[in-house]
Amino acid sequence: MATDAPPPSKTEAGYPTTDAFIAVQESAEFGDLRRSHRSFAFPLTVAFIAWYLVYVLLSNYAGGFMGTRLLGNLNVALVLGLAQFLTTFLIAWWYSRHAAARLDPKAEAIKSRMEAGA
Amino acid sequence: MSPAVLLAAGEASKHRPLIVTLFAVFVAATLVITVWAGRQTRNAADFYAGGRQFTAFQNGLAVSGDYMSAASFLGIAGAIALFGYDGFLYSIGFLVAWLVALLLVAEPLRNSGRYTMGDVLAYRMRQRPVRTAAGTSTIVVSIFYLLAQMAGAGVLVSLLLGITSDGGKIGIVALVGVLMIVYVTIGGMKGTTWVQMVKAVLLIAGALLLTFLVLLKFHFNLSDLLGKAAANTGKGSAFLEPGLKYGATGTSKLDFLSLGIALVLGTAGLPHILIRFYTVPTAKAARKSVNWAIGLIGAFYLMTLALGFGAAALIKPDEIIASNKAGNTAAPLLALHLGGTGSDWGAILLASISAVAFATILAVVAGLTLASSSSFAHDIYANVIKKGQASEKQEVNAARWATVGIGAVSIALGALARDLNVAGLVALAFAVAASANLPTILYSLFWKRFTTSGALWSIYGGLVTAVGLVLFSPVVSGKETSMFPHADFHWFPLENPGLISIPVGFLLGWLGTLLSKEQPDPGKYAELEVRSLTGTGAH
Repeated sequence: MATDAPPPSKTEAGYPTTDAFIAVQESAEFGDLRRSHRSFAFPLTVAFIAWYLVYVLLSNYAGGFMGTRLLGNLNVALVLGLAQFLTTFLIAWWYSRHAAARLDPKAEAIKSRMEAGA
Repeated sequence: MSPAVLLAAGEASKHRPLIVTLFAVFVAATLVITVWAGRQTRNAADFYAGGRQFTAFQNGLAVSGDYMSAASFLGIAGAIALFGYDGFLYSIGFLVAWLVALLLVAEPLRNSGRYTMGDVLAYRMRQRPVRTAAGTSTIVVSIFYLLAQMAGAGVLVSLLLGITSDGGKIGIVALVGVLMIVYVTIGGMKGTTWVQMVKAVLLIAGALLLTFLVLLKFHFNLSDLLGKAAANTGKGSAFLEPGLKYGATGTSKLDFLSLGIALVLGTAGLPHILIRFYTVPTAKAARKSVNWAIGLIGAFYLMTLALGFGAAALIKPDEIIASNKAGNTAAPLLALHLGGTGSDWGAILLASISAVAFATILAVVAGLTLASSSSFAHDIYANVIKKGQASEKQEVNAARWATVGIGAVSIALGALARDLNVAGLVALAFAVAASANLPTILYSLFWKRFTTSGALWSIYGGLVTAVGLVLFSPVVSGKETSMFPHADFHWFPLENPGLISIPVGFLLGWLGTLLSKEQPDPGKYAELEVRSLTGTGAH
């Protein structure tokens, strides 16, 4: 049965109906979950892409500034590059913390209710 | 043949039995794993998604294995060794890109898809046209990526065994092709995932060892390492600043920007990475595996920095260039120098690192082949040709045959791409993925109004623009380093098409949606949205 015409899960017992999905989609609870995800993920995505592009553009068009020595042979360009690594680690950690605290419980509640056929 | 190549090949050939043994051990071990995994592969979910039973850490390791390709190891180290700072951008773009996958794509994809990227793209659209498009772009992106791996294989072999004849190289490429066909047809996703894990551990261990040896040479003084690299290359402080590779002209600066955009947006559209998220049981596990991957990949790229600058500091630039024009052999040469040229240690280290690089290529090639044959079987064969009426067994058989076909194509193309920088080739795959796949994934998941026409416009539009621009770029013709150096039909000045083709992909998806009269199906969007955020009904 696994390769039915998609989306195949329709045929599985206990799979919610389209009406049930629409009802949940319009519910305040789901709206809250969607907002919690989007209001966190979207601005943050814009921010880290902007920060990355600033870094690429600085490399391209601000060579003098990027070449400034900071510590021994370590210059601004290398430090900003390493800062990109650091911010990537931090954002991944921050998002995961947000998801565990603000998204997972809401998603879990909706899922278990829907799958119980409520 | 240049002295450096002769030197390395001579060093290596003294220890050819060792090299062959190391390599044979890896192949034998992975074949055992493959056969074992093949016995546990009973249904389609096993073949495509490894039974969805891998843990977040296992999958994180396998994702890193898939991602840390020859491009990362050979290509980035080489680019840093030759161009210093400008080579560094690759690793930053490759890493930051994971945040797009983490924040926007991995979890919704895990929740709403089944086996392929096409599952999500076609979820609320007309199945047949969108699946055909998704299958096409999956195969094109994977073949670009395969090309890079095959180029890497050829490079390694000429360094190691001194094989420079075309026949010898093609023989090796064919061997890689045959092995990957065996891995994928027998082991499926289960076998491939285990091979990725083994390889990731070997690669990280190899990089750790080299990094440690490099740092030891410079008494753990980074500034000293950078200074020696700058001095040894004869470029002075310019080596540590932006501009050596891309700073010459306004055009090359645009190329740098184009590359940067392609790298950061490409990862979340790479089919062979996306299907990895189906191997874990839940979206939460998918998120955790991305976190593991970010940690492992980030650490690895920090090490390539030491390898690249280490090679620049310890090896004469002429020697690196003589061995491979694009710098792809810098890491193995570094191993030779660290162990001591002419000593047994040097040769052993060279052999080990080369065996690791070869393992890397084999594993990544298997992952890519699995992604494209899965998409062919599940999207095109089962849902388009058989209209959803194929049995599970027929579908998996189709995937196995597709593997053979894709293997043959990549062997044929691999011979053409020998002298291109491996990292540059992979960047093209990223550009195509970011142009053709990412817009449709994001619109499908987050834009209620998005329609079938929009999806088709953006997949085909992004694909044709990206591939078309590459075809008429200096990568293919018009330069000494081109695929066809003696012909010149290029008119597009940039090597990476992302700057143009990615916005085109997004724009066409939007336009195609607005201009079509078709109404989106609100019920389907409700299903996809609720499912993607909550995991209700996920497989």
